[in-house]
Amino acid sequence: MEITISDLWQSAPMVSLTLTGLVALLVESMKGGRTTAVYGLSLAGCALAFVFSLWSLGSEVIVFNGMILQGGYASYFSMVFTSSAFFTIVLSRPYMQRLHREQGVLYILILFATVGMMLMASAMDLIILFLGIELMSVCLYVLTGFVRTKVTSNESAVKYFLLGAFATGFLLYGIALVYGTAGTTNLKLISQSFAQLSGNSLFLMGAGLLVIAFSFKVAAVPFHMWAPDVYEGAPTPVTAFMSTGAKAAAFAAFVTVFIRTFAITGTPISEVVAFIAAASMILGNVTAIAQSNLKRMLAYSSIAHAGYMLSGIAAGSAEGETGILFYLAAYTLMNMGAFGIISWVEQQDDTKLTFDDYAGFSAQRPVVAAMLSVFMFSLAGIPPFAGFFGKYYVFLAAVKADLVWLAVIGVLTSVISVYYYLRLVMVMYFRDGNATIEERVPGFAFAVIGVIAALVILLGLYPSLVVDISKTFFKL
Amino acid sequence: MLESYLPIFFMIAGGIAFGVVMLKLNEFFGPRRPTEEKFSTYESGMEPVRTARERFSVKFYMVAVLFILFDIEVVFLYPWAVSFRELGYQGFVTMFVFIVILLIGLYYVWRKGALEWD
Repeated sequence: MEITISDLWQSAPMVSLTLTGLVALLVESMKGGRTTAVYGLSLAGCALAFVFSLWSLGSEVIVFNGMILQGGYASYFSMVFTSSAFFTIVLSRPYMQRLHREQGVLYILILFATVGMMLMASAMDLIILFLGIELMSVCLYVLTGFVRTKVTSNESAVKYFLLGAFATGFLLYGIALVYGTAGTTNLKLISQSFAQLSGNSLFLMGAGLLVIAFSFKVAAVPFHMWAPDVYEGAPTPVTAFMSTGAKAAAFAAFVTVFIRTFAITGTPISEVVAFIAAASMILGNVTAIAQSNLKRMLAYSSIAHAGYMLSGIAAGSAEGETGILFYLAAYTLMNMGAFGIISWVEQQDDTKLTFDDYAGFSAQRPVVAAMLSVFMFSLAGIPPFAGFFGKYYVFLAAVKADLVWLAVIGVLTSVISVYYYLRLVMVMYFRDGNATIEERVPGFAFAVIGVIAALVILLGLYPSLVVDISKTFFKL
Repeated sequence: MLESYLPIFFMIAGGIAFGVVMLKLNEFFGPRRPTEEKFSTYESGMEPVRTARERFSVKFYMVAVLFILFDIEVVFLYPWAVSFRELGYQGFVTMFVFIVILLIGLYYVWRKGALEWD
């Protein structure tokens, strides 16, 4: 069981981000440690890890004695996670400064959560998967309660922690049952013996418990109860991070286990996932209509989006996997953008979060209103924005896997979702008011949101940019 | 396979029975002269002054969390130290990295004042 230098070198994205986190921790603890230095260091660390991931995209390899996959699939997800972390750090700074709660440890926690996400996406062993989920979740529990003077922030942290710990129990029990029947935790070995195992009821029980644990992490019905309260109570940039990076990481693990390892097409697991997907789409979209608070609306919309992506997993095919990969990239961008702009409008005392507070926004801030409209159109799945092709690919995969009913539910509920997304656009453009954003938003944050909006349009016009990555580079 | 657990079952059953029997015997035959001191909480000779069910400082949790952290470190260190020769150079480097990461964490909590009581 040797660990070689080349193992470490091939895991450059993860290793570099870990080292950045440690150095940032040292800088933070030094006398007169400047938060600005930690902020810059964290951004640089994310950028460096992104470059390493991009660079290793074409060289897929399994390292650390069959425990970790690097390159290809893992690199693609590393790029999604590091972008999400980068945007979150940029958005957190003005938000936390306004609350007078800026501490360098916020950025360090985001870095370590990102390392956890990378571990989840690159896991080739259930134990590594567990390690990644825990590393990510523990950091997120702290981040959720970061504004510790606010009762809502504390409440959401406790809720998230208790339910998250419970879900971890399901995950571990699932892993134990899978290990008990398969005799190994290595995903490669399990996939080789899946044909015999799929008839074993204990194994199916283990797989079912894994479905529960992952469904909790992606906030799918009926394991979604925590999402609205936690999303509402957490600091808005952290909510953005949870709903993009953490969700993408949970889906990365979902796809690794249920598409890349288990061949679930035609098994009871596929039916269960299809049911969860349908329930998430229906409940998420219908409940989102009734929300007046934008953070809650986006929380329910995030449940609905989890449902759309789960149809890709229920399909269990390579098309489903590609669809989810594209969907996650698009969803990360558009949700990050939407939460970013909401965090600018929001006041310190949690007001200015309702639809009505956006009346007249287009007259006061035409560019920002236009960008928010782009994100809303994209979330609703209207072409030519990225969200449309995300839905197109997962529904296509569902149809090809004989899950036509699921695709029909998906399309119908997408129509419902147009109502509440476009309601915001309608309020911004057709109602009089004086909605505006906080004055202390730096130019850099504007530029970043602008880049995100441009990427949402770019991915909508050239979806092949992402789709080709999975076709060209994913072989293992 | 289950038969091999039978001695353990007898052990547990015997243990419970012994405890119950002894307590019941004491209840029937033992003399009883209750006083106020005998009913109060035993606090290592200190006089209990008020109820223990109240809010106490978060500092205790801090100490507990740090204790667990380094307790786990020790749990890892013992088996490592025992098989140090077999693990060789690689084992040394791995544990070195592990301890350096922990030390960075320790430095952080120290500088942030988590080790000071006031």
